[in-house]
Amino acid sequence: MRATISLLLLFLSASSWADTGEQLLQQRCASCHDLQGPAASTLEDLWQRKGPDLFYAGVKYRPQWLRQWLQKPRRIRPAGYLYFQHIKPGEKHDVIDASTLSEHMALSADEARKVTEALMTRKAAPVQVKGDEFGGGSISITFGEMVFDKFNGCMACHEIEPGYGGLSGPEVYTAAKRMQSAYLVSFIRDPQAWNPKTPMPNKHTSELNIQKIVRYFHALAKENWDEK
Amino acid sequence: MKNELTVFLLVFAVLLPGIGLAASAEDNYKTYCWQCHGMQGNGMGVNVRDMSVQPRDHTSAKAMRSRSDDDLFKVIKHGGLAIDKSVLMPPWDATFTDQEIHELVAYLRELCRCR
Repeated sequence: MRATISLLLLFLSASSWADTGEQLLQQRCASCHDLQGPAASTLEDLWQRKGPDLFYAGVKYRPQWLRQWLQKPRRIRPAGYLYFQHIKPGEKHDVIDASTLSEHMALSADEARKVTEALMTRKAAPVQVKGDEFGGGSISITFGEMVFDKFNGCMACHEIEPGYGGLSGPEVYTAAKRMQSAYLVSFIRDPQAWNPKTPMPNKHTSELNIQKIVRYFHALAKENWDEK
Repeated sequence: MKNELTVFLLVFAVLLPGIGLAASAEDNYKTYCWQCHGMQGNGMGVNVRDMSVQPRDHTSAKAMRSRSDDDLFKVIKHGGLAIDKSVLMPPWDATFTDQEIHELVAYLRELCRCR
């Protein structure tokens, strides 16, 4: 009888433990995402990674977006996390090899809430991010596009609207919905401080331009791209 | 003899981590340059669809011969604007060491089979 009760208690404690966001993270996310850090310091290490590092998710993502996206994930990087693993020569130019891309798993509403809460506690940022990095303000999409594309050439690698722009990097028309503004400013200022081997170069653009680019992301994020 | 072997192994052990950190030019080219210059180095990368300026074809001896090694070093390190070319070519000074850039220049010379 005592043994039966012990087994029952063990089962109950194990199942409640399995229900925590932290446990879900370890079970469902850890095989593709680094939850502990540090970021890759060699190409060999980078090439092994299947998705973005999450050990500083709490200073990078917006929790509301994260919770929704985890329930209904859609591709943010047209050519996958590491573009060079998902392309092939095409008729005119290299093209995305869709057969090598896999879909991100979807979580239930309850799982997404727990995982988001667990992710938001992860704040082991390699760079100290000040809350007031982004000074706010607005910019027109037309002028923002000039700063982003014409003055800095960022559109070479990023889509600024669905189906328009570069394919190797993540889309930027949802960037402000997905990520915290202070992180965006800090990452654009020094991408290698966050991820030494990131395919994103440091453009050494001015602080003023960085602010304008993040304002541009906010302007883009206000558009309803699903209806366009 | 035993002492010499120990010294050799110690020196090797000290140097090995440093050797491991330096990426080969081919690996760097694949990770950072393919996106615009293409898997075959022909300027037809996955990003070219909406680019306003066509990336340089690194396999073209004619086009590449017009650039000195110094120009190539400068354009990789400081970006297209450093040699009055397109802003679409970014500076890679925060990504590569000078040694890696020199090795990339040598790799480009292999791709174009030109000096």
